[in-house]
Amino acid sequence: MKVLVPVKRVLDYNVKPRVKADGTGVDLANVKMSMNPFDEIAVEEAIRLKDRAGVTEIVVVSIGEPKAAETIRTALAMGADRGILVTSETKVEPLGVAKLLAKIVEEEAPDLVVLGKQAIDDDNNQTGQMLAGLLGWGQGTFASKVEIADGSAVVTREVDGGLETDTLKLPAIVTTDLRLNEPRYASLPNIMKAKSKPMATKTAADYGVDVAPRLTTLKVVEPGKRQAGIKVADVDELVMKLQAMGIAK
Amino acid sequence: MKTLVWVEHDGSSVKDATLAAVTAASQLGEVHLLVAGENVGAVAEAAAKIAGVGKVHVADDAAFAHALAENVAPLVVELMGHHDAFVAPATTTGKNIAPRVAALLDVMQISDILSVESEDTFTRAIYAGNAIATVQSSDAKKVLTVRGTAFDKAATDGGSGTIEAVASTGDKGLSTFTGSEIAANARPELTSAKIIVSGGRALGSEEQFHALIDPLADKLGAGVGASRAAVDAGYAPNDYQVGQTGKIVAPEIYVAVGISGAIQHLAGMKDSKTIIAINKDDDAPIFQVADLGLVGDLFKVVPELTEKL
Repeated sequence: MKVLVPVKRVLDYNVKPRVKADGTGVDLANVKMSMNPFDEIAVEEAIRLKDRAGVTEIVVVSIGEPKAAETIRTALAMGADRGILVTSETKVEPLGVAKLLAKIVEEEAPDLVVLGKQAIDDDNNQTGQMLAGLLGWGQGTFASKVEIADGSAVVTREVDGGLETDTLKLPAIVTTDLRLNEPRYASLPNIMKAKSKPMATKTAADYGVDVAPRLTTLKVVEPGKRQAGIKVADVDELVMKLQAMGIAK
Repeated sequence: MKTLVWVEHDGSSVKDATLAAVTAASQLGEVHLLVAGENVGAVAEAAAKIAGVGKVHVADDAAFAHALAENVAPLVVELMGHHDAFVAPATTTGKNIAPRVAALLDVMQISDILSVESEDTFTRAIYAGNAIATVQSSDAKKVLTVRGTAFDKAATDGGSGTIEAVASTGDKGLSTFTGSEIAANARPELTSAKIIVSGGRALGSEEQFHALIDPLADKLGAGVGASRAAVDAGYAPNDYQVGQTGKIVAPEIYVAVGISGAIQHLAGMKDSKTIIAINKDDDAPIFQVADLGLVGDLFKVVPELTEKL
């Protein structure tokens, strides 16, 4: 059984994003970039499925600038087997990413594609569902548990009211939520080993897919700032303030 | 512009998140609704009464009973033959369905919009709400999800929509609903609660979370939320999570107990009208957004507050 895991290089989780003064976007020059945290969970799940469900090969794909090769290496160091880097000079939107992934799925014929539910830069939460639509596959989004059995995936999903379990016919798409697993750190020997794992480099044009953006970002601004309020000394003062605001009697 | 709004429902009534989506859609043009499900006659009746609604398309079929995206998306695509925009609330159901619809229509979706600037231009939050982008779509049709806290709720009465049955597109056989664990909760739903009391990791255990947070919430008639750290630690279930990747809330009053205020949490609650923070760490970032802050040991302060309210 083969699993495909797309990963995205994003501004590191711990870095506070700064809006560029000219309002064209968020400043990504000289800041730490990392693998999207939800994608780390996706890689980890694929690795765990090797033990649990007889997964034999994990192929990692990243679409973006050439530096996304680093993100693929990180996944290879965690335990993935092979990488495909698709470079693009322009920003590729989720629809374009889904179209490229659909082509790669045609070539690679995986049984399962595991993606992060959203990337923490654009917060779109679209790619997995789009890919499932393009392929005509089932989709188990926001997964907190994945079990593979008898040609199907049983996926427990984090939904607004609690949890929902759906059974998907394989091949299928799974997108990861936070509680699916805790991703491992790559060990130093594995980081060294990852350097010799195969990675193919392609361009978006190689797949004959039109990835021209459909959206134009007109401007990016900082949100309105909240003023810090006051600190109260004790519970009595807090209750008094709440009463004054009409919250407490 | 003719819009098609996804009606989120529980089988008997229309969920509040739908009402914000209706308001957003009304800023684009004519509002038509889609009620999909099994035995949803009552939902359709209620939906037709929402102010400003034109046609209510009703797809009543077992294939739509659990709103599986695999079955619902082809239905929406069919209806989009004579609509210009598909508008869904940014609930887990809306987020699951809309991108599948967008891909089938070859449209780039605009997720979680905060405002409608014009027929093709919208604002949305990126980077956990640390930046607001204004984006313009060149697609002929639009697919949007709507942040519930960013739009007023349409009135649930005064409308006189016409109900029209639509043919089922059937079960695509890709997925089946196997079960759910939806906690029965007597408290207000987080996304529509007027007051929310949220607990963080500082509560230390599931027992202490409930022993401290629940009585305070009961006293205030509040919904209960949690930080990611508290949910990850197992103190509270996943549907309590407020933040970038959990629920986005904007109640009148948000009480943060033992929550330090990571940017991912702030992303989910910083539009609350009044924020009250209780934390033992004087430097916790939550105090930078709180209107009222109390530095103290939550195990002493919270019971005292509950008693004195």
